[in-house]
Amino acid sequence: MTMETIDLAESESVAGETILGIETSCDETAASVVVDGSAILSSVVSSQVDLHARFGGVVPEIASRAHTDLITPVIAQALVEAGRKGSELTAVAATYGPGLVGSLLVGVSAAKALALTWGVPFIGVNHLEGHLYAGMLEEPDLEFPLVTLLVSGGHTMLVEMQGHGEYRLLGQTVDDAAGEAFDKVARYLDLGYPGGPIIDRLAAQGDPTAIDFPRPMLNEGFDFSFSGLKTAVINHVRNNPDVSAEDVAASFQAAVVDVLLAKAVRACEEVGATAICLGGGVAANSELRERTLDHSVASGLRAFVPSRSMCTDNAAMIATAAWWRLQSDGPSGLDLGAEPSLKLPWLEAS
Amino acid sequence: MLILGVESATAQVGCAIGGHEGVLASSHAARGKRHAESLAPQIEFTLQQARVTIDEISVVAVDVGPGLYTGLRVGISTAMATAFGLGVPMIGVSSLDLVAFPVRHTRRLIAATIDARRGEVFTAFYRHVPGGVQRVSEPRVLSPDDLYAELMAASTECLVVGDGALRYQELFSSITKVEVADESLAFPSANSLVALAHARALREEFVQPAEIQPLYLRRPDAEVNWQTRPVA
Ligand SMILES: [Zn+2]
Repeated sequence: MTMETIDLAESESVAGETILGIETSCDETAASVVVDGSAILSSVVSSQVDLHARFGGVVPEIASRAHTDLITPVIAQALVEAGRKGSELTAVAATYGPGLVGSLLVGVSAAKALALTWGVPFIGVNHLEGHLYAGMLEEPDLEFPLVTLLVSGGHTMLVEMQGHGEYRLLGQTVDDAAGEAFDKVARYLDLGYPGGPIIDRLAAQGDPTAIDFPRPMLNEGFDFSFSGLKTAVINHVRNNPDVSAEDVAASFQAAVVDVLLAKAVRACEEVGATAICLGGGVAANSELRERTLDHSVASGLRAFVPSRSMCTDNAAMIATAAWWRLQSDGPSGLDLGAEPSLKLPWLEAS
Repeated sequence: MLILGVESATAQVGCAIGGHEGVLASSHAARGKRHAESLAPQIEFTLQQARVTIDEISVVAVDVGPGLYTGLRVGISTAMATAFGLGVPMIGVSSLDLVAFPVRHTRRLIAATIDARRGEVFTAFYRHVPGGVQRVSEPRVLSPDDLYAELMAASTECLVVGDGALRYQELFSSITKVEVADESLAFPSANSLVALAHARALREEFVQPAEIQPLYLRRPDAEVNWQTRPVA
């Protein structure tokens, strides 16, 4: 009978630990079902970018309202696409920080209610840990230590992953995040929002050597600074109003990628990393991806560049990080709230 | 039929479980932990107190506001996910209805109020009808002075109830035909929510979780500023 075949197939595949992950920390409402921290059964991301575009940035109250409207349909779709019922899940996880507090609370509240309803554990996940685990998700045999370059609109950091949950901060931005620099330059050039994909597209038609923008702190330590570069771009455009936007985009992007990659490579050498991993929304940038892979071919250092949809915010990375956290720390309490400025749990400096 | 009512639109957060026999158990807190930290443990505790398991719940009711936005969304997200997880329908009730309900026996005009912060109150007027109250004006957000003027202009005696009234107690009680109800009635309660939802459940006035709409009564500031921006 057909029904029995289906039942058998299902009972085999539900043998693994199946986690529903929920992500609402910024302007994407996302839900995903992942088995054993590696097999993605579904990953639904509903982006609110159109709602925020005319304001040139994410408006917290608009984001919170949209998350409230979208959270139930997005969860429902993730379960349907995964072919799973709530009763077949091992746990429900949600990002509880860092992020916008009103947005985080929508996902955390929904996840806790689902866990309570289905009688399964709830796991609160650090969004940044999610980004670190996006690499693991697609390449489970990566060996520690790894160096991950985590670059997004809110964060720019170099992290040494010594083991699961064992992270050392090698360096971070002292001013703007890399993604923020993309947004600000795009806004100044009147290109629209969000800046990252727009500059990426424009840069493809420009000459990256046309303008010699500064490479801030290129050979100094592992911290980053993008504020001066942003100012240099703005000044250049002000002084050369007829400059080609394509050349500005390409030259600016080349400067950012030079700095990011040089520091990441130097960090790998210093800690003896087996591979360099990219994570975060800026890791969707074509130039950064290509140059990282080129470097890997030339140097022999493994590079792991997750697919673009795993670099930008998604819930599969949350379900994956949750699976590792469940093994190491067990579930979170139902009294967990949102922590808008949550940090990664850094190892003591040795 | 067993109803779980979730209420978190004001400084208070709570839940109640009940049905034909009235409220079986409830929990409320108006200070201490934040709403998001307190609500799920309160639901767990209330289920234990009522000696029911969560899959015995057949309807989830929620206060849809108006109220304080973040708390309101915590309650709505929690309630929607619970109903979705159980596969049961929902009933949304306005916080103003919940504030008016406990004073339903008065023959005076009722002004239900919720503190909207920023020097404003959410309000709607109600009148006694057999078995409850009937709303006689649309929910609105307005300044206490505007509400004062409306109360002055009213041709009948008024009872003003809710935490919006308490914040501006001196202003409203300076009107002779107006009484401000005391603190015990300040917040919408999950008990009233279960009672009102029960009546509506008997009439099968259900919605699906994705159809629950928060009652904000204000647009986001960014949108207001956008529409009133100077045109270059
Ligand atoms: Zn992110």
